[in-house]
Amino acid sequence: MVSTLLDPKTKERVQKQITGGGVDWRGTAFVVVLLAALLVTLAVLVILVADQLQLGWGVFTERTWDFLNGTLRSQPDDPVIGVKQGLVGTFWIAVFTIVLAFPTGIAAAVYLEEYAPRNRFTSFIDLNIRNLAGVPSVVYGILGLTIFVQQLEWLTKGPTLMAAGLTIAVLVLPIVIITSAEAVRAVPQPLREAGYGVGSTKWEVIRHHILPYAAPGILTGTLLSLARAVGEAAPLILVGAITGRLASEGSFLDPGQLTERFTAMPIVITTWASRPQKEFVPLAAAAIIVLLAFVLLLNATAIFLRNHFERKREGR
Amino acid sequence: MTDADRVTTDERTGGMSMADERATAGPRVGEGAEDRHRDQTGERDHITPSIELKTDFASTHTEDEATAGAAIVLDVRDVAVYYGDFRAVAGVNLPIRMNEVTGMIGPSGCGKSTMLRAFNRMNDLILGARVEGLISYHGIDLYGPDVDPVEVRRRIGMVFQKPNPFPKSIYDNVAYGPRIAGQRKGLEEVVERSLRSAALWDEVKDRLKDSALSLSGGQQQRLCIARAIAIEPDVVLMDEPCSALDPIATNAIEELIRQLREDYTIVIVTHNMQQAARISDRTAFFTTNVSGGKRTGELVEFDYTDKLFTNPGDKRTEDYLTGRFG
Repeated sequence: MVSTLLDPKTKERVQKQITGGGVDWRGTAFVVVLLAALLVTLAVLVILVADQLQLGWGVFTERTWDFLNGTLRSQPDDPVIGVKQGLVGTFWIAVFTIVLAFPTGIAAAVYLEEYAPRNRFTSFIDLNIRNLAGVPSVVYGILGLTIFVQQLEWLTKGPTLMAAGLTIAVLVLPIVIITSAEAVRAVPQPLREAGYGVGSTKWEVIRHHILPYAAPGILTGTLLSLARAVGEAAPLILVGAITGRLASEGSFLDPGQLTERFTAMPIVITTWASRPQKEFVPLAAAAIIVLLAFVLLLNATAIFLRNHFERKREGR
Repeated sequence: MTDADRVTTDERTGGMSMADERATAGPRVGEGAEDRHRDQTGERDHITPSIELKTDFASTHTEDEATAGAAIVLDVRDVAVYYGDFRAVAGVNLPIRMNEVTGMIGPSGCGKSTMLRAFNRMNDLILGARVEGLISYHGIDLYGPDVDPVEVRRRIGMVFQKPNPFPKSIYDNVAYGPRIAGQRKGLEEVVERSLRSAALWDEVKDRLKDSALSLSGGQQQRLCIARAIAIEPDVVLMDEPCSALDPIATNAIEELIRQLREDYTIVIVTHNMQQAARISDRTAFFTTNVSGGKRTGELVEFDYTDKLFTNPGDKRTEDYLTGRFG
């Protein structure tokens, strides 16, 4: 009977305890700082993109096809000026990255995570790969110049598209290894145990369980590294990218141009942007729009593939 | 007499003396416990045909000893398991007999799961884990130099603490094991038989192509059992298979284990003493021995479940069972 009655004193005390805490100023300030950081980042991005769109949209919409299909010219008002050579170069650099850096990097990551003994030597290698990922890209340019342009001239024929593709592939290799290794490491132990528990060999566990589970992470990481690969200009300058009309004018799928002089989108942009004539400014901006669209396409593909493999992973 | 002959003879007499030991351990057993033994063996009658019995043995001794004489599938002799320098469990002697459910109980960290994972070389996956002593499977040293752990795991299957179905369809989960073992034909039959054995068939027969992850936790665990038995193992190891399940699902799994005993030898680790009491024929009680600043798991007692629970031979077992520790 007693327990059903409310004790006014207790009620008063509890009310004091659980109400009137006031505003959590520190918590609010923290959220404001976080939000501000996000907004600054977004603002910078939006301003950059909007600026370039405003500058280059005119050129891009006026003669879209001609611009994509045109070649490098010395005069900005040349009617056939465009970025085709840059696109072809960037396309082949991406192909080199996909064909060489992706399989090599993923294989190296699987070895490091699944097979390599856990000892000092392995951690030393691991550390070095991480360091390599942080080496400035221009250093890779020097490496490419020494090895792919000079030492391997019999193969690459000097400062050619092939030398550029190899250089960029080597450049993104450490990034591919790191992101793939992280994806492989994130595979839950119970899944491995389930595989071994029904009599799988190590290879079967890797092939049937670890790689499919890690696929979304590997894909996202590698495609993002590809986006970086196609945006690099510095190493290409060192391995001999050219800025004039002498760059190969082949079609996209002509492998003959691998041993010809080359250029690429970032080179086209830096060249045009550094010209004195102000008519080149909108052209450079239009080229930036093209490169941005290309990178955006890559990222969209990465997201699409990641979602696809994630759905598959969940068995849907 | 060759060396090999002597060994087998020794083993046989060893087995018999072990059986005798259990029979003559009578003084510790009260009258009531004896009766319970008989009751239990009465229940067990239906499985005896699958056990190779020595007829003279069975006729001149009680049925309890007959079961005690059932073939030892896994023989654990003075085994210790280390993780690097850490000795997780040591001094374990444990005969695991055919078509019995052997329970392993004890407080957390007493090494029972570690011990279980040594039985199918699952510890091989853990860096720095190693086993000392002898674990023999049908008389063959499991850690012998020529032993292929993959083949071991095909014969000694495992069900884990948390249900861990593959992120594949229900069908593919069960068919996976036979497939990698090279089976191409008759997979449908294997899947149906395994799912029936795991008491899951009726619930999933219309959606075999659905993701295994769409099942409830209890169904997932039964699927994992179906997956384990699809490759027709000899022994099924279960590492706290019900710890992530609700009481209803737990009940279903326990019922299933009772049925599986007819065809398989089962070793089950459980945190739940009542569960061990309900489903295991014999129970091993492990505990943690803290001496010299080092924690090591050890086997305290191994006996018939009802005897261990009603009349434990060791004070520590009694303390644990009555809730005074652990």
